[in-house]
Order: sequence, then C-alpha cells, then structure tokens
Amino acid sequence: MNDKRPFLANGTLGAWARIIVLMAPLLWPMTTFSQGFAGLGADIDGFSTPQPNPTFMFPDDHGAHNNYRIEWWYLTANLQSGDGTSYGLQWTLFRNALAPEGEQSAPQFWMGHAAVTTPDNHYVTERLARGGIGQAGVIADPFVAWIDDWTLEGDWDTLQMTASAPDFAYDMTLTAQGPLIFHGDHGYSVKSAEGQASYYYSQPFFDISGTLQLPEGNIAVTGDAWLDREWSSQPLSDNQIGWDWFSLSFDDGNKFMGFRLQQTDGNSYTSATWIAPDGTTTAFPDGAFSAEPLQTHNTADRDIPIRWQVQLPAKNVNVTVNAINPDAWMATSIPYWEGPVTVTGSHTGRGYLEMTGYE
Amino acid sequence: MTGATLQALLSHWWRNPLQLFTLLAGLALATALWSGVQAVNAEARASYDAAAATLGEGQYDRLQRRDGQPMDQSTFVQLRRAGWLVSPVVQGRLDDVRIIGIDPLTAPGGIGPVNLGQGGNISGFFTDTLFANADVAARLPELTVRITPETAPGSAITDIGVAQGLLGKEGQIDSLIILPRQPINRPDLADIAPELTRQQAQGGSDIGRLTDSFHLNLTAFGLLSFAVGIFIVNGAIGLAFEQRRPVVRTLRALGLPLRRLVILMAAELMFFALIAGVVGVALGYIIAALLLPDVAATLRGLYGSDVSGTLQLRPAWWLSGLAVALGGTALAASGALYKLSKMPLLAAAQPRALAMVAGRNAKVQGIAAIFLLMTSGILMITASGLIGGFTLLGALLIGAALALPLILDRILAVTSALAKSVTAQWFWADTRQQLPGLSLALMALLLAMAANVGVSTMVSSFRLTFTDFLDQRLASELYISTETAAQTAALITYATPRVEAILPIQSVDTEIAGQPTQVFGARDNRTYRENWTFLQSSADPWDTTFAGETILINEQLARRADLQVGDTVQLLDAAFTVAGVYGDYGNPIGQALINEPIFLTLYPDVTAQRFGLRLDPAAVPDFVASMEAETGIAASQTINQSGIKAISLQIFERTFTVTTALNILTLAVAGFAILMSLLTLATMRVPQLAPAWAMGMTRAQLGKLELLRAVLLAVLTAVIALPLGLALAWALLAVVNVAAFGWELPMYLFPMDYARLGVFALLAAALAALWPARRLARTPPADLLKVFSNER
Repeated sequence: MNDKRPFLANGTLGAWARIIVLMAPLLWPMTTFSQGFAGLGADIDGFSTPQPNPTFMFPDDHGAHNNYRIEWWYLTANLQSGDGTSYGLQWTLFRNALAPEGEQSAPQFWMGHAAVTTPDNHYVTERLARGGIGQAGVIADPFVAWIDDWTLEGDWDTLQMTASAPDFAYDMTLTAQGPLIFHGDHGYSVKSAEGQASYYYSQPFFDISGTLQLPEGNIAVTGDAWLDREWSSQPLSDNQIGWDWFSLSFDDGNKFMGFRLQQTDGNSYTSATWIAPDGTTTAFPDGAFSAEPLQTHNTADRDIPIRWQVQLPAKNVNVTVNAINPDAWMATSIPYWEGPVTVTGSHTGRGYLEMTGYE
Repeated sequence: MTGATLQALLSHWWRNPLQLFTLLAGLALATALWSGVQAVNAEARASYDAAAATLGEGQYDRLQRRDGQPMDQSTFVQLRRAGWLVSPVVQGRLDDVRIIGIDPLTAPGGIGPVNLGQGGNISGFFTDTLFANADVAARLPELTVRITPETAPGSAITDIGVAQGLLGKEGQIDSLIILPRQPINRPDLADIAPELTRQQAQGGSDIGRLTDSFHLNLTAFGLLSFAVGIFIVNGAIGLAFEQRRPVVRTLRALGLPLRRLVILMAAELMFFALIAGVVGVALGYIIAALLLPDVAATLRGLYGSDVSGTLQLRPAWWLSGLAVALGGTALAASGALYKLSKMPLLAAAQPRALAMVAGRNAKVQGIAAIFLLMTSGILMITASGLIGGFTLLGALLIGAALALPLILDRILAVTSALAKSVTAQWFWADTRQQLPGLSLALMALLLAMAANVGVSTMVSSFRLTFTDFLDQRLASELYISTETAAQTAALITYATPRVEAILPIQSVDTEIAGQPTQVFGARDNRTYRENWTFLQSSADPWDTTFAGETILINEQLARRADLQVGDTVQLLDAAFTVAGVYGDYGNPIGQALINEPIFLTLYPDVTAQRFGLRLDPAAVPDFVASMEAETGIAASQTINQSGIKAISLQIFERTFTVTTALNILTLAVAGFAILMSLLTLATMRVPQLAPAWAMGMTRAQLGKLELLRAVLLAVLTAVIALPLGLALAWALLAVVNVAAFGWELPMYLFPMDYARLGVFALLAAALAALWPARRLARTPPADLLKVFSNER
C-alpha cells in the first residue's frame, strides 16, 4: 500500500488483516491471502477510493473516514532522557471497516498499538475494540482519538497522549513547531504501478516531552515526534507483500519520508517526500529513492534487516540507517518490526523505521 | 522351514477352534471393558473440559453486580476507558440451549472456539453466526450455526452483540472477565463501578469438583478393569502355550532353531492380539455408546454440567484399547516364551511339571506379595495426595492378586492333611495341583469381585451420604426466594400465621483463619437439631451455638484451617469456639454457621432473600396457590423440597445402572476366564483322571467333583475378595477422595449387596465349570484307556 503507515498499518493491519482475511469468505467473497500483506490488497466493493487532487478540510479530516476501509493515526517519536539515553515511542490507532457506511450497521474494528523502545528493551502492547459502543473511536472536533484508556487529544497545535500496559505506560505532551505536510500529489499518495493509492498527510514537526513509566523506573524525556494520517480502501496491489518505511529527521533541519513496497516478483515500488525546515515538500516518484539492507538480525525467528543504505541522489542523500535496538519486534496480532534508528553518512540525524512482510 | 513351522503352529488352532475362539474372545472382552470405560470417561471429560473452557470457569476472576442483576453495557466501556482490561459475557437460554455471547476482541485467549492471538478461527464472529456442536445445531434450526465439535455440549457461542439480540438483552452484560494482566496505574474498582463485586477464580467451580469426583470414580473403575483384563490376557496365553508344548518339542526335535520358533510364536500372537484388539475396541465402543446416555444424564442431573450424549471416536482411547491388547499379549507372551526357551527340550506336557515350576516361582511371588501388601498397609496410614492414594490401590490389588494362589495353596494343603477318605485326599491333592493352571483365572475373579465390592460400596456410600445430606440441607418443606424488600415483608406477614417456622437463609462471604468462608446466620429451630449430623462435635453443639457462644464449621474449613472442636475462631471482633464439624459434600469453600441474632449484629447490612418454611407437606400446594395472590411472589420463586429430592434420587438410580452394568460385565469376563482355563486344563487332565477312573470312580462322579472344585475355588476366592474390596472402597473414599476434593465420604457397608455379588460370582464359576465338567463326564472310556498305552 502506501508509505510506511501502510506497512505499519500493515503491521497493525496485520491484526486487522487477519480478521479481515479470515472473515473474507463472509464479507468479501473475492478476498484471499494472496491479496497483498494483511489483506491490504483486498477488493473494495462499496467503499470509496482515494482520488487525485484531494482537498482536505480541517479539523474534519483529522477524524474518521468511515467510507474508507482502512485508516490510521500513527505517531512515532525519538526521545532522549537527561543522561543522553535514546528512546523510541509509538502510539497507533487503526480503524478497519468490515462494510461501507450504511451497510450492516458498518461494524468498525479498532486496534491500538503502543510501544517504548530502549537500547536494551522493547515494550509493546496491543488493544482491540469494536466501534459503536464508545470503547474506541476518533472525533474530529474537538479532536480526540482513543481506545480504552489510551488517548490522543488536543487541537493539533498541542496534543496530550497516553497509553498503558501491564509493564509500561507513558504520558506525553506534543507541541507543533511547523505546518502539516502532504505526501505524494498534495496528499494523494500512489502505492503501486497499478495505481493503488491512499490519502496521506503528516505532522512531522512535533516537539514532545513527558514521562515514560518503565520497569526500570520513571524517566523524563524530550524529543521530536512525527504523526501520520492515512486512509484508503485498497492501499496495496495484490502482488505487494510488505514494505520498509523510513521517517528521518536530519540534524540540518530537513526531514525525509520514504517507503519501499516489496512485490512478489522481487521488484519494489518506492516513493519519497523531502521536507524542508519550513515545511515545503518535494515528492519523488518510483525509483528516485533506494534502500538496500546491509545487515540482518535474527529476531522472533526471522531475519530482519537492521542496517540499511538509504539513497536519494536528487538531494545528495547517501546515509546508513542503524536500528537503536535490533529487537524492536512488535509481537502483536499481526507482527512487524518498528523502532527508532540513527542516521550517519552524508547526513546525520535520527528517525523511525518500520518493516512488514518478513515472514 | 518357516512356512512349515507356521503351519504346524497354526494347525493347533485349526484343530482347536474353540480354543482359538476363547483366546480371541477373552482378549477382545478384556479390551472392550477397558476401552469402554475409557471411552465413557474420555467423553465425559472432554465435554466437561469444553464447557469449562467456554466459560473460563475457574480460570479468571470476574466482575458482577452485587445484586446479581445484569449490568449496563456502558459499565464495560467505563471500565475499559479507566484502564481495566475486562471482557463482557452475556448468557441465557434459548430453546434449552445455553447461549453465550463473548467479545472476541477483548476476551482472553482460550475462551470458546476463538483464539485471536494464535490466529484461531474467528470468521463468523461479528456476523450472526453461532458456534456449537452438531447436536445443538440441530436444536437451533432457524439460526446460522457453524458446527464446531469442541464447543461445550448444550451451548452455543456467538458474538456478544448477536447473543444480546437473541436473548432480548440489548445493551446488557451479565459478567465481566478480568484479564490476568492488567495495566499499571489502574484505578480502584470502587472509584469506577462501586456496584460491582469481584468473584475470585476458583480452582474449579463446585460443579467442576463434584464432576471430578465422579470422573475419579470412573477412572478407578477403568484401572480395575484394566487389571482384570491384563490377568485374563495373561492367563489365556499362558495356557495356550502349555497346550502346545508337545508340538514345540516335536518341532525342536526336528531341528527348528529356538530363536526362530520364539519369533514365529510371538508374531503369531501379535497377529491374534491385533484382531482381538480391534474387535475389543469395537465392542468397547458399543458398551460406551450404550452407557453414555446414562452417564450423560447422571452428570447433567447430578452436577448440572452437560455431557454430550453422543460418542465421538477419540483416537486416544481406541489406541489405548489396542495398546492394552498388544501390551497385555506381549507381557503374557514374554513370560511364556521365556519359560519355553528355558524348559528342557524333552520336558513333556506334564501338568505336574508346571506345578513344580510354579512352586519355584511361588517363593518370588510370595515375597513380592508380602512386600506389596506391607507397602499398602503402611500407605493406609501415611498416604496423602492422589499419587499416594493410587499407589495404595495398586499395591493392594497386585499384592492381593499375587498372594491369592499362595493362600489358596496353604488352605488346600491344610484341608488335604485333614481329609480322611482316599477320595477326599485325592480330591484335595488334585485341586491343589490344578491351582497353578487356574491361578490366573482366579486372580482375575478376585480382582473382578474386589472391584465390584469396592465400587458398589463407594457408589452406595456416596448415595447414602448424599441423600442424608439432602435431608439435612433440604429439611424445610418449601423454599422461597424474594426479589424485593417489599416481597420479603409481604411473605413474612402472609406466612407467619400459616407455618410452623420461617427460617431465613442469610449469609456473608468472608474469611475464617485465612480461608474463604461463607458464614450463615441460623434461626434457632428444631429443623437444625433434628436433621444435621456431625462428623465431630461437642456434647450439645446446637445449644451453645444458638446461645451465641459457638460456631459450627464444615469439613472443608476444618481440614484446610486445621480446626478441631474446641478451637477458637475469630469473626470480626467476636470469638467463637468450634462446637461441631459437619459434612458439606461438593462445596469447594469453607462454610460456617452461627446464631442469627449474633450474625445480624456482626453483619447488619445483610438481608435474607431466601427462606425455608416448615409446614405440613400436605398444605404446601394450598399455601403456594394463595401466596401468589396475596404477596405477588410467583410460584416460580418457590422450590418444593420433595421435588428436588425425587430428582436427586432418580439421578442416583442412573448412576447405579452404569455401575451395575459395569459390574456384570467384569464378572462375565472373569467367568469367561475360568471357563477358558478349565477347558484348557481338561484335556491335560485326562492322564491324571484315568487312574482314578481305573480304580473305580465313575465318569459322572469325576464330572461332579470337577464342578464342585470350581465352585469351591470360587468360594475361597470370594471370601478373600470381600476384605480386599472393602479395603479398596476405604482407600477410594478416605484417601483418594480426600486428596482430590478435601472431604471424606463416610463408608457404609452393604452385606446384602455383597452376598448377592458372591452368589453371582459362584454362578459365574459354576456356569464356567459346567461345560468342562460335562465334557469330562462324557470322555469316551477309550480315551481314558489310551492314557495307559501312551508314553506315560
């Protein structure tokens, strides 16, 4: 499907995907496992599909789009404690519709993933809920996204964010330092040569601060966060089996988002967005950006690339991306890898990496 | 050579088709008995496990409203939003099927047929599909049911939204499962939903415990059947080998290597075992299928737990049935083959030789028997725990079985010495000589009888105890539940002039000596004094208890907290002396009883909503009829005690049907073993009988003596089986049951039952001996004469 979110979503969607795929015979007679990762390549009867040249309306578009099958609110953050230790943080809410609005009371499934990554540990937890009863949902104005006791709430200039698990919890404040940015063609993000696409925008300019509650104690942290919004109905082509998604913040103030969708024929489809410090963006089509694994690591019984060579020649980017904790495996219903990274080479900085489809 | 040898070996069976039949039939019957009991047990267990898994019974703590009413769905959302990981459950009945609605998204793994975390089959959830076994599906023809055999019998599982709709409980939830791992920073329950109360997970509900007790009984029976089966298999093979010794001698004399002979004979036996095993498993299946409806009904009625009345072919038990047949054959054959390989080449098929060899083995056997019996003696005093209990059972049974031939031998030696006439002396000596050949069959009879005595004692004791218990607990003629305080007041106004006594049933869940305990406040009434029996008590437990000085506790609490009569326990700020310990069968937790006024002082918030009424049983229908009009309490809120008792007793009758059927089968198998042994011995005995005949005894006399001998041996065996069976019952009731469930079943004796059983055993033995005796009586004189012209 589209950028990282998708694959992240894939990850999350993985869980969804499993539900979707298993339910497919009942709900989508044509859907099978072969249709892309986590059912993201499934048919879309009755759902809306993203169209080129979108116009976004805020705050409405921060809310849920029930005419689309899949949607997420996806936040990742690179954090630092007072002693200089690096941490990663994730807060994600996925929405998945079993039927378009208006049909069979449009059951919505919600799935939340939260994680904290330290150099030595990776804490992860998951929540599932059905829509319509108040256990989970998203309201656009005033904006609140929630599942159980987890919330992401505020006016997008400032957001409060919490999550909890049996072994960890966090409470964070986010403050926007720049504008929303739109990927692809003004937010219409193409995911495959066949034209699959999603709507995709981000707020990559959050300052974040708060407290991590970990088994090793309470840790005050600060850093920067990146919030992705994406929705679609069939974001992946049926021959796309996973993706590798990079969101990098360079020390010179520039930011970069790139994803690589793996196909069953061994080829891949790439897309990238360059974000200048003032928020102006440059979109790059398939092939402009490349990412090659340099080193794999065995975690959760699979070999995961945890060191990458990432290149965007048009912007003279040639960097090595290194996982801070190679074991940042998301052992959720649909598992995937997601964790903080450091960047060295032509540019230095930090960021987040998501990888799905590594079975 | 191999072909020729096989032909020679097999020709024995063609010439003795009856013997082949007895071997196969014996093996098949033993296998059938074993696998039948196993099948019933496995089926009942599987059903119960499925039910337990469906509800997560005993696995998870739950939240429920204090008043037991359903809660609003918003309470669930409120708790989730506060950080409590809970999962909703709604339940109800639809056309006699229990409908269980769960939320697969929040339910812990292992509940119902859904297991999200492991990618289980979730399809169909969130639609109107129900999951149930085929039996239930047939009862819900209008609904979409996906057949999942692992679903608990009598239940259908579906998404909570669907269940709410089906049950007319829109927006309602009956209980919330609390997931074992909760997030940190979770607020107190009292701050979010003070109307809810947390029910602790129990290591099995009371239903589970009682059902387990029943399963344990069946398991014990299965174990005994197995032992009987093994002895029979052993006997059948040992005898077949004895008979073929001349063939073996001839074959070996012709130059057949011993090794090849042994391999061929082993292969031949395994082949037979396989056939018999398959037939036996099939027979066992039939036995189980016949018994299962009764077992299912027993469990459902007794404990309210549903067991599917249909049988599924479970690989575990038919494989175990085949394994018994093959293993038993292997065990028996190894002994026989070993003997064969060690016996002198030309040793003739002499029964006396067999007896002499047996004599040498007797010493080893005797030492083993004494050791095992001593072990069981020690275990009777020291055994605690299930393993101890079953070790005791095993040591006792095997020890007694091994000791049997030695004891019989001693008895016969004495009677032989006491005999005056020549005929009598010959009879005793001849009986003694036959003992080794018959000993395995007699051991089987011993075990079968002991098992019957043990199991019927256990079951009957269980019934007596339980009916006593029902009398004690259901002493009032009528029980009434009220729903509101107004109803309670109306009931008291209405009932006071019409009944002899109103006994409120009021209790509070608390702890005594660290054990979870339900404390009742009882009103002073003759009902208690007349009907309650104590396992242990002071001189006047009721006087002191109703005076408010003492407390009565159940056996479970007494055992767990190690409390005796005379010990002191604390309830809030009041201290009580224990005045009595009473049996409280099937209750998993502690229970205690104190005087009502004291109870109300200690727990002023508790109000009784259940009442027992004492009145003339004949007046009950009129009382109930006019009560509804005057108080608004519906007849459905009343329970007529005699009805409950009738149902309970009916259920026990079913238990007896099962037990009796198994008893008769075991005896039949033992009788078969005797028949087989006697038939086999008959031909070998001709050389020994010929001299007696030659000296003037008629064939009819000889036949009568044969019959007498069989009956006599059976009587002796029965006499030994009785104490063994009683010891067995005692071990089951006092050791195994306590270890498994924390309460002891009192043991009662049933002499009439034992006498009847003894008669059955004698009949079985006599019937088994009848045909061999008749054949003997009709042995052509020529055959007897031939003995003298033969090699001997």
